[in-house]
Amino acid sequence: MVPITLSVNGKQYTSEVEPRLLLVHYLRDTLGLTGTHVGCDTSQCGACTVLVNGESVKSCTILAAQADGASITTIEGLAQGGKLHPLQEGFWEMHGLQCGFCTPGMIMSAVDLLQRNPNPSEEEIREGLEGNICRCTGYHNIVRAVQYAAKQMAAEPA
Amino acid sequence: MATQMIGSSIKRVEDPRFIQGKGTYTDDIKLPGMAHAVFVRSPYAHAKITGIDTSAAQAMPGVVAIYTGQDTQADGVGSNPTGWLLPNLKVPPHPALAVDRVNYVGEPVAVIIADDPYIAHDAADAVHVDYDPLPVVAAPDKAMDGPTIHEEAPGNVAFDWSIGDQAQTDAAFANAAKVAKVHLINNRLIPNAMEPRSCVASPGPTGEVTLWLTSQNPHIHRLIIGAFVLNLPEQKFRVVAPDVGGGFGSKIFIYSDEIVVTWAAMKLGRAIKWTSTRREANMTDAHGRDHVTDAEMAFDANGKILGFRVNTIANLGAYPTLFAPAVPTYLYGTLMSGQYPIPAIYCHVTGVYTNTVPVDAYRGAGRPEATFVVERLVDLGAGELGMDPAELRRVNFVRPDQFPFQTQVALVYDSGNYEAALNRALERLNYADLRRQQEEGRQQGRYIGIGFSSAIEACGLAPSSVVGSLGAQAGQWESAIVRVHPTGKVTVQTGSHSHGQGHETTFAQIVADGLGVPIEDVAIQHGDTAQSPFGWGTYGSRSAAVGGSAVAVSVKKLQDKIKRIAAHLLEANVEDMEYADGKAFVRGAPGRVKTFGEVALMAHLAHQYPPDLEPGLEATTFFDPTNFTFPFCTHVAVVEVDANTGAVDVLRYLAVDDVGNLINPLIVDGQIHGGVVQGIGQALWEGAVYSEDGQLLTGTMMDYAVPKAAYLPMIETDQTVTPAPQNPLGVKGVGEIGAIAAPAAVVNAVVDALKPFGVTHLDMPVTSEKVYQAIHSQAQGA
Amino acid sequence: MYPAKFDYYRAGSVGEAITLLGQNPDAKIIAGGHSLLPLMKLRLATPAALVDIGRIEELKAIWEENGGVMIGALATHDRIANSDAVKRVAPAVAEAAAHVGDQQVRNRGTIGGNIAHADPASDLPTVLLALDAEIVVQGPNGQRRIPAADFFVDLMTTSMQPDEVLTAVFVPPAPKSAYVKYAHPASGYAMVGACAALDMDGNTIRRARIAIGGATPTPRRLIGVEAGLVGQGLDFVSTVASSAGQGIDDWMGDIQASSEYRRAITPVFVERAINAAAGRA
Repeated sequence: MVPITLSVNGKQYTSEVEPRLLLVHYLRDTLGLTGTHVGCDTSQCGACTVLVNGESVKSCTILAAQADGASITTIEGLAQGGKLHPLQEGFWEMHGLQCGFCTPGMIMSAVDLLQRNPNPSEEEIREGLEGNICRCTGYHNIVRAVQYAAKQMAAEPA
Repeated sequence: MATQMIGSSIKRVEDPRFIQGKGTYTDDIKLPGMAHAVFVRSPYAHAKITGIDTSAAQAMPGVVAIYTGQDTQADGVGSNPTGWLLPNLKVPPHPALAVDRVNYVGEPVAVIIADDPYIAHDAADAVHVDYDPLPVVAAPDKAMDGPTIHEEAPGNVAFDWSIGDQAQTDAAFANAAKVAKVHLINNRLIPNAMEPRSCVASPGPTGEVTLWLTSQNPHIHRLIIGAFVLNLPEQKFRVVAPDVGGGFGSKIFIYSDEIVVTWAAMKLGRAIKWTSTRREANMTDAHGRDHVTDAEMAFDANGKILGFRVNTIANLGAYPTLFAPAVPTYLYGTLMSGQYPIPAIYCHVTGVYTNTVPVDAYRGAGRPEATFVVERLVDLGAGELGMDPAELRRVNFVRPDQFPFQTQVALVYDSGNYEAALNRALERLNYADLRRQQEEGRQQGRYIGIGFSSAIEACGLAPSSVVGSLGAQAGQWESAIVRVHPTGKVTVQTGSHSHGQGHETTFAQIVADGLGVPIEDVAIQHGDTAQSPFGWGTYGSRSAAVGGSAVAVSVKKLQDKIKRIAAHLLEANVEDMEYADGKAFVRGAPGRVKTFGEVALMAHLAHQYPPDLEPGLEATTFFDPTNFTFPFCTHVAVVEVDANTGAVDVLRYLAVDDVGNLINPLIVDGQIHGGVVQGIGQALWEGAVYSEDGQLLTGTMMDYAVPKAAYLPMIETDQTVTPAPQNPLGVKGVGEIGAIAAPAAVVNAVVDALKPFGVTHLDMPVTSEKVYQAIHSQAQGA
Repeated sequence: MYPAKFDYYRAGSVGEAITLLGQNPDAKIIAGGHSLLPLMKLRLATPAALVDIGRIEELKAIWEENGGVMIGALATHDRIANSDAVKRVAPAVAEAAAHVGDQQVRNRGTIGGNIAHADPASDLPTVLLALDAEIVVQGPNGQRRIPAADFFVDLMTTSMQPDEVLTAVFVPPAPKSAYVKYAHPASGYAMVGACAALDMDGNTIRRARIAIGGATPTPRRLIGVEAGLVGQGLDFVSTVASSAGQGIDDWMGDIQASSEYRRAITPVFVERAINAAAGRA
């Protein structure tokens, strides 16, 4: 077993984990944070995307042991003080989700995207989300959701 | 006047939980003492099982139990039945766990129950199965010459089916001025709902079982697993489909995994969870399409379609699953008239068994395959006739004054104005200009193509008597209870199910308008057999047209009851009462009024109450419509081909759809976008590939290309509105039309782009390699 | 989705990692884990032990050295893609790094893990071969620098010893260099990738270094094309590039792109890479 201490959504956790335990299973099964999903087993779909030290990471492709000491944000930790993140609002306003399964990972990737490029073009949004697969929306309204959030964030910088 | 809800693009009611990670999908469920199941699956496509050694796995710490097909057979676990019988359909047994023979790669052979999924996977690796491999057939067009898979089906023929008039069709061809022909493949697809299938079974103390699972139709799951497979009485068997992450057909069917997990949970007296990995999903989720077709269309000299002949071999995979026999027959052959009054049609289909995972309904189910054949041939005909493809469609359309229109292949189209949708598309495209740009591009070595698809869809799967006469072992009505509480809040229970469609919003819109209550006061419950009345679930674009209509009829019943209660309170005649905006009032005397809230309360107090009326304010409807609905569209794809590499770029995609009245245009557009992109995916990238020895070569998302954002343009949408006459909402259905229309639009566009190279057809997926080879083989041949 | 069991060791230094590898003959190094963990999740790789070098800070640096750039083994694709030094000294490396996987993969995946894995469809090996990079490895007997041409031995096979740790990659200057790829629509890996580095005198090519990857078990230098370009102007690129791939007889193929097709389109991407390289400031 490997002792780990990490911060998830601002809260400290200390656990003993099996070396092979993937971070996504640690989040879902050990911590009960089931908003992060598993959609594939080859690191393609991005449903498991979380922020590790502020950067988007596929939590199915990192051992919990590797995340020792890291600061992690999951979809559950994105809204602050009861206020939705502009991307959460954007996905709601623009109908950027249907079944909702890819949505947490999609939103977390979009957080990284807008951190890097606060005013992305349609093409940059599409390229920036290449690590996330959605089977419902055809991406059209996801693009609009990210555009909506970019505009909101430009209007009221955090 | 309150805001009209029906027709408004309101934000979805269900979204706050999803955007905050608070949805509850099946794999999110964790029960005390829950064990985990992992299946040992066949690595062979066709083999005898000669021995299973589980001893090493049994000995591993944390392993609770291991069961094989011998165990399920000994316990009397029944065969997994098909739900749609055709005349002379050959139905082989479909055991939950293979007993002595495996018929496809991924077929479950044993199940491990362990304390933890990691341990269960370790144990699955430690089970040793001896196989004696048998010859394999995987391709539909080789099935009839392949090794026999089931002794019940000689030559691997599951059924031989036809529709239309062969002699009349032959005669039409004899009189043709031009004939267009094609040999085509409708590529096999893997649905790839983002949420992998999953189930959790939890036994109760006295024989009760609750099964949470990824289902589009929990009542059907309960009925079949309960009554036909495990002999579980319905009153003790609860099936819950919680939040479900997409289905596209793949979560309609009854799968071995679900049966075995339910059975094992009862046997062990312990809750068990199983969740598919993506690799398992690709191997075991029912696939879609997989046809090989020869078709020809006869035209007169003016381009009028005279006759249409289709011969298809449809792959059913290894077993006939729930809807499988209906998909390449009644959902395929009946659509062969397209948007055209074709006077003579003959469609013959041979359904075959192969050593592949079962093939069943996938978004569109039969109708995309039909549309692809019809719309490819119309384009090929335009080539033969030297006519513009849009013009050829126009001269052939069923005219508005011909509705209801009886086709030569059984269906009666409800309503439509096909030319209007085409005209709208041509206007939006600036068609003449686009053709000019295409011509200019060709001069500069740029190959742009424009492709049309004018598709018809039969959806809102119903009515029961018709589907029954076609072989369905099911009804196809839908249920809704609208329950008004004493405080005027409303709960709706529907037998329909949402796995992305947005029922919690659209059904609430119907109620909010009908009862004149704020939409926040309406809650929609679905997916739980312990709550909802029996319902047939969601597929075939039926939710709004059948399920939504059931809600609308219940609302109408409540309006009538409200008027009776209010009339009593106001001492008025019920015939003089009106109900609007949440108020019941006497016609011509708007001051004599009772609000919805007052009536709701009185319905529960029943103090001052009509003597001949039951208390309470609740209405139940089982809505069985009189016909399918027939959405239609014209979609246009504009593509550019890189002649150096064969790469295809979709420059524009325009979808002009007529889905009847719109309840929520935002949601309707979303359905179109998603369906179109699945259709573009089929046309350009997607394809499940089995090797000759039956190994699945597209087992992961590394190999099977699901469309990604960067490959796609924005999807332009527009609508014409021709209300459906046979349901109270006038809605037709929108879930599948995108996936039905898009493959033909895209392939027609690519072929149009390649016209200078003499290319007339390409099979899907139109990979860059196929395009490259088409260009270069033609160039060499020229 | 569920890796088999293994022992886990965290190395505080390269020396410690080498010792741990020596003590655990079936051990594998893990850094970002983006080449190894996907295989382990499918149980296609089942190492008995992992030695985690992900916390060794000195392996994360990128710095300029002898006119070239030294990239620490733990530099992520994202950092390489955005490194001013890499973009200035060897833009093809930044370009290739920017095309590895997706943003999430680039945030975790490292250059060391990528090239030690030697996936034929990977982007960086092609570029490192074209640019005459050197792979710096450290073992029990000290450090050695392996030319890229000697490093990629075969499909998923390098010339590293089991007890050696890849510590850095040195890329000589190649300011006029570019990488283009034709990505597999599902995996995003290169079906064909081409890298070109040019030394130019005005519009005349003085020296060309060209490599392709993705289509062959290891990346290949195209010596014939390189020689054909010397002394030529850019209007001759298309003609010379048309011979790209001649003499290669081990083209790879899959259901998406056959070996014949990859061979056929290789000249197109080689030409595009040469033109892109020529267009660099």
